[in-house]
Amino acid sequence: MRFLPAGDLALSVELGDDISVDVNTRVRALEFLIDQKALPGVVETVPTYRALLVYYDPAVIGYEPLCASLATLVEQASATAMPPAREVELPCCYGGELGPDLEAAARRLDLGVDELVRLHASAEYLVYFIGFTPGLPYMTGAPPQLTIPRLDTPRVKVPASSVAIGGIQCCVYSVESPGGFWLLGRTPLRLYDPGLAEPILLRPGDRVRFRAVERPEFDDIAARVAAGASRPVIR
Amino acid sequence: MIRVVDPGPQTTVQDGGRRGQMRYGIPPSGPVDARSFALANRLVGNADGAAALEFTLVGPRFRAEAPCAIAVTGADSPVTVNDAPAASWTTLELAAGDAVKIGPVRAGVRGYVAFAGGVDVPPVLGSRSTYLRGRVGGLEGRALRRDDVLRLGAAPRARRRAVPASAIPGWRDTPVLRVVLGPQADRFTDEGIAAFLGGVYEVLPQSDRMGARLHGPRIAHARGHDIISDGIALGAVQVPGDGQPIVLLVDRQSTGGYTKIATVCSFDIPRVGQVKPGQRVRFTAVDVAEAQRLSRVASADIANVELQEIAS
Repeated sequence: MRFLPAGDLALSVELGDDISVDVNTRVRALEFLIDQKALPGVVETVPTYRALLVYYDPAVIGYEPLCASLATLVEQASATAMPPAREVELPCCYGGELGPDLEAAARRLDLGVDELVRLHASAEYLVYFIGFTPGLPYMTGAPPQLTIPRLDTPRVKVPASSVAIGGIQCCVYSVESPGGFWLLGRTPLRLYDPGLAEPILLRPGDRVRFRAVERPEFDDIAARVAAGASRPVIR
Repeated sequence: MIRVVDPGPQTTVQDGGRRGQMRYGIPPSGPVDARSFALANRLVGNADGAAALEFTLVGPRFRAEAPCAIAVTGADSPVTVNDAPAASWTTLELAAGDAVKIGPVRAGVRGYVAFAGGVDVPPVLGSRSTYLRGRVGGLEGRALRRDDVLRLGAAPRARRRAVPASAIPGWRDTPVLRVVLGPQADRFTDEGIAAFLGGVYEVLPQSDRMGARLHGPRIAHARGHDIISDGIALGAVQVPGDGQPIVLLVDRQSTGGYTKIATVCSFDIPRVGQVKPGQRVRFTAVDVAEAQRLSRVASADIANVELQEIAS
């Protein structure tokens, strides 16, 4: 455990040196405990793979006392401290114009296209955190055969809702943005919809599965999403 | 009601900022120069965080459709009402039909226009601030356009007051920005840190509300410029592989994977937001305790600005 200052209004608590489910679970559990105990002076928190950024009001609590309070909470920060994870199903239409890198990724991984889709859609992914753009989930969980170097040349524009892999990670682009992952397909759901009362679909700790759908079902769900009539399956 | 005649290159509605959404990738937004913003609001009798306009390099032209009080602060820009010069950092009373024009900045970058009663747009996720990249907040999540109409909240008649000259920044100096080293200062060589703290850095034109991009002495990394992505605090000084620093501001990405050598103290962020491209900045390091002491002093300084009554 390390405490690092991030200016006069924030500090970073690092709970490990690697990207692992165990370390990230403790980060999220620490955030949960801070929320639950309404720790005085804490303004906002941002969980990532192995660190929690804690924004605080130094007029309420100083750096040293806050580090001490957080150190106590870290001892209790484990999966058992948190409510059960949500399970979210994301329909995904693989390949074609919605997944322009599917065939190249299959060749690179020495897999058949169908096999790649089957492997990707059969795994369960953990949302480590949300970042980079509004609502974008950083996930892992794909079987090891799907580990792939990032694209040599990142795209300047990736369409929103693209489902993509890079390294051991999987992500769904939440808004149109640059990106260096391989685009396997697209979900008809919106991970970020500023028109909704809750614009962000996924949360840190969610368990995500992809359900392969054909183009007609994709179009159907997309039309219902646009009309505000489709809800994602969340358990 | 206010009718926009010409919005200028980028004019947005901002308030005190959005809280608690960075864990979902949504930055706080709000004014870059929170000090000038608060003083504009105070001049029209609003709370410091009431919704007002932030403009960039060139101010807007607009018409008052009903009587209202306004104040213009921040960057030094010429203000006219019905083509007659008017004072900035001062409460201005407008009559219905009055035409206001705020010209190109002479110094500084961002100006603020506050209206008595505040700009009445619906709060989104608890804030009226516009976050342009996320198309959220303000007026339909976008910058103002010609013919936009801004509704104003109800307000008692504002007293006419002015910010004393001693409290109005000039924006023409080379500021020395106070930083706390870290969170990843250990990822830089001693020479790299010395270059950062000893160098003079020029602000580049690519700077925006997301970050101020700087150019100056190269800051050398000790072992690579990538880290496991983590949260990015306001004022974080990110140093990618090219060794040139970026100071991250109110519309910053919530997380990122580049090393951060230091963090500009919150009370110096307003100054960062007013450094014009081509102007320069320097950095000096303070420890956390000193930064928090200076933060209290800065807060008290703003709270204690005594507005001067103007006889009408």
